[in-house]
Amino acid sequence: MPPDLATVEVEALTGAPSAAPRALRIGAWLALGWMVFLVVLAILAPVLPIPDPAESIGEIVRQGPQAGHWFGGDFIGQDVLSQVIWGTRASLLVGFGAIALGLLVGTPLGMLAGYFRGPLDRVVVTCLDIMLSIPALILAIALTAFLGRSLVNITLALGIIAIPQLARVVRANALTYAEREFVTAARALGASHLRTVTREVFPNVVPALVATSLLAVAIAIVAEGVLSVIGVGLPLDVPSWGSLIDEGRQHLDTLPWVAFFPCLFLFLTVISLNTLGDAIRQRFDARETR
Amino acid sequence: MTRLMLRKCAQLVIVLVAVTFFVSALLRLTPNDSVDRIYPTATEEQKAAIRSDLGIDRPVISQYWDWLTNAVRGDLGRSLTAERLSVGEQIRNALPPTLQLVFLAQFLALLVAIPLGVWSASRANGVFDKTASISSFALLAIPNYVLGLVLAYVVGVRLQWLPTQGYVPIGDGPWDWLRYMILPTVTLAAAQIAIYQRLLRSDMITTLHSDFITTARAKGLSRARILWRHALRPSSISLLTIAAINLGALIGGAVVIEVIFQLPGMGKLIADAIFKNDYVTVQGCVAVIAIGYVLLNFVVDISYALLDPRTRRVTTAA
Repeated sequence: MPPDLATVEVEALTGAPSAAPRALRIGAWLALGWMVFLVVLAILAPVLPIPDPAESIGEIVRQGPQAGHWFGGDFIGQDVLSQVIWGTRASLLVGFGAIALGLLVGTPLGMLAGYFRGPLDRVVVTCLDIMLSIPALILAIALTAFLGRSLVNITLALGIIAIPQLARVVRANALTYAEREFVTAARALGASHLRTVTREVFPNVVPALVATSLLAVAIAIVAEGVLSVIGVGLPLDVPSWGSLIDEGRQHLDTLPWVAFFPCLFLFLTVISLNTLGDAIRQRFDARETR
Repeated sequence: MTRLMLRKCAQLVIVLVAVTFFVSALLRLTPNDSVDRIYPTATEEQKAAIRSDLGIDRPVISQYWDWLTNAVRGDLGRSLTAERLSVGEQIRNALPPTLQLVFLAQFLALLVAIPLGVWSASRANGVFDKTASISSFALLAIPNYVLGLVLAYVVGVRLQWLPTQGYVPIGDGPWDWLRYMILPTVTLAAAQIAIYQRLLRSDMITTLHSDFITTARAKGLSRARILWRHALRPSSISLLTIAAINLGALIGGAVVIEVIFQLPGMGKLIADAIFKNDYVTVQGCVAVIAIGYVLLNFVVDISYALLDPRTRRVTTAA
């Protein structure tokens, strides 16, 4: 694979070049607001005045949105609002958990490869290329199909597919910063490699890494839905947006609201994470502050 | 050049060995013995027979070697369901719908994205460009299965314009085939349109700033001629590269879309096999997709280096 096409692609995916800075700022605040709202929902799910997501309520079996049950009920009378809120928990946990895992492995790999270069870099890049040589979604499906469906395994699988993407971004940035004068200066002043990497190079990699990670969280949350639709999603007793969408998909002609609300939440979350990622990229990217 | 080729070929071999090894070892990933999980009622002898059939009672390397030699001859084993279908046969039947979907989507995406990208770049920051940019930003935030469900509901369930479930082989009637393919194709193409439009736009803006465009303008060539005949070709190299590489990624996207629209391709085969705990079929599908993707990347990589060495600039600038 040509060296950094992945990066080219990520840049093509993001970077809204012609969005006015002001619009982007407002958008970023809205996006942040939505994410905070979601996190609060996820944390407060057990104490909110909503029915148990697993409880079947007779009156709302196959009933659309109505007072008291704003998102309606599903095929067996479970409250969709409650399921979406509990689903927020699982979806955020999987999304952020997977990327945390990817960062834990990907960051040191990318830093070492980009900073030391040479044979170490070649070995790391080959390993990353091998991981990238199976389409990411197929790899995630294969891993969860064979490891078994559980919150931990799904997070693990999505974390594994995030590793090469994150490591590449870190490596590409570390490569450029390792060449800069302040790094040479630090080395000349007698700083150890460890200190140079952690105190000089790494802080400069952080903005790009955070921006990419936010996009990666969005991708992981979406991928969780893919796993549900394919049939390797979370177990049935753990509601997630993905499993709810998969349920709604099977009753799309009669109970469209079951799929609609989790889809809406998913869309708002992805666009928020993308907006935040963009805002951070533009805020810190000297090239775009022209 | 020959050294580069040799290096690329060596890389290809390493990657192929790693990928096939991973795929053949998948059966061992199952935490409890997979055979126990699939055949809880089988006797110990039956289980032992299946294990030896799958090779998972032997050392990893010997299992890998057997799997690989069989796979090279096109034998990917037999499904773990009662019918014991040939995995290779199932995949041969499932490949056409998937490939048709992927190529149609790719074609549609380029067909729409190229004019959009050219037009956005020609009046960068104009009204059209801004609208296109915001729309593509929103489009990228819609997961393909969400878009698929929305289209299936609006066009299929509400308007009843197109069927939402199933497939007709192209040989049985091209018109019916197309009717079944439209919604999945649009779903799969949507995000690609946004990606390609953005990519072409930014490359095109760079090209439009170069000297030969100024010369063309000074010669008095028409705006359309400059855009389409002079600026498009040099701007489209990274677009075409990404498009080629994306063919593989599109298969990942096709998997979920096939399940939503019940298109009998690779994705549906995988989903059905997972539902039946048929691990051998899942393994075979993963093998075919992964190897196809590796070979595709290799071809793109090689032609990329052969066609225009200058394009390396694109990759190092990132």
